[in-house]
Amino acid sequence: MSAFRDQDPRIHGIQTKIRVVPDFPREGIMFQDITTLLLDPKAFKDTIDLFVERYKGKNISVVAGIEARGFIFGPPIALAIGAKFVPLRKPKKLPGEVIKEEYVLEYGSDCLEMHVGAVSAGERALVVDDLIATGGTLRAAMNLLERAGAEVVECACVIELPDLKGRERLNGKPLYVLVESH
Amino acid sequence: MSAFRDQDPRIHGIQTKIRVVPDFPREGIMFQDITTLLLDPKAFKDTIDLFVERYKGENISVVAGIEARGFIFGPPIALAIGAKFVPLRKPKKLPGEVIKEEYVLEYGSDCLEMHVGAVSAGERALVVDDLIATGGTLRAAMNLLERAGAEVVECACVIELPDLKLFRSLIDSDSDYLDLAGS
Repeated sequence: MSAFRDQDPRIHGIQTKIRVVPDFPREGIMFQDITTLLLDPKAFKDTIDLFVERYKGKNISVVAGIEARGFIFGPPIALAIGAKFVPLRKPKKLPGEVIKEEYVLEYGSDCLEMHVGAVSAGERALVVDDLIATGGTLRAAMNLLERAGAEVVECACVIELPDLKGRERLNGKPLYVLVESH
Repeated sequence: MSAFRDQDPRIHGIQTKIRVVPDFPREGIMFQDITTLLLDPKAFKDTIDLFVERYKGENISVVAGIEARGFIFGPPIALAIGAKFVPLRKPKKLPGEVIKEEYVLEYGSDCLEMHVGAVSAGERALVVDDLIATGGTLRAAMNLLERAGAEVVECACVIELPDLKLFRSLIDSDSDYLDLAGS
């Protein structure tokens, strides 16, 4: 599901604020930079509003955000819908007891961590990040929440790169995005 | 200035939600963990509201947040006061042209980066982070904003470690600051 396809009038303003930076972090990659969106208060607010309108009143008690750009979009959504915010972090950043989920990168692997006790069994959760590419990080995030007994209701991203088919790697869970980039 | 001293009734609820984790990231450090605050929607909202009430209507157009925990508190404040949000990041994370500010750590140094063009000369800015320890990271953040011509109106943090104030005052203002905690 995609607000882009639904043609909400706010989408155009959001899309034009995203800056594409070629050859970052490596040659051949067209990097989708959301920092320019954050420089426009109205476009940033519209972005959050679109998610909040979708998720308010759906009995979602957890918004999990993936470090670090998920920390920018997740908390405003959590605050507006009355949910807790749970940061999912790179290794060794969270103090205290954590559970870990490894995921594969193009070269090697990485790991995402969540605090033990952050979510309870049966809680309804969203996963938020700025962008979905191959879906590897989102899948690891979902796994962490499900291992803690939460139900992942949906994954929410500002941008999707549909050519990388990340949507298919979410174990059947729905994905909602605002814009697509080919 | 400190809301703690002003005894706003919401402060107690916020303070009790912060978890202290001993010996993290190294032995001897009592780590102030704000993630437990984020698990309480009311306490998290109160935290943001206290900042928003202070800064709304003060003609602040920039909220700069320090990676990564400043990314949690900065954007909700920015959205509520109608300001832009500018992420200040560790090296090589921001794409495109950046300016860099180095700062001293207990062992070695680190660097904070900001996008060229993110702020304009004359803009009024806040710097936001979860905690101030020695002030090294905040000082680097302020320097970036001032180098771009912005006016730093105030630094805003959820937590201060006041025992490190004496340590901060011992350091000459022209030299680098130490940051023990990092984020």
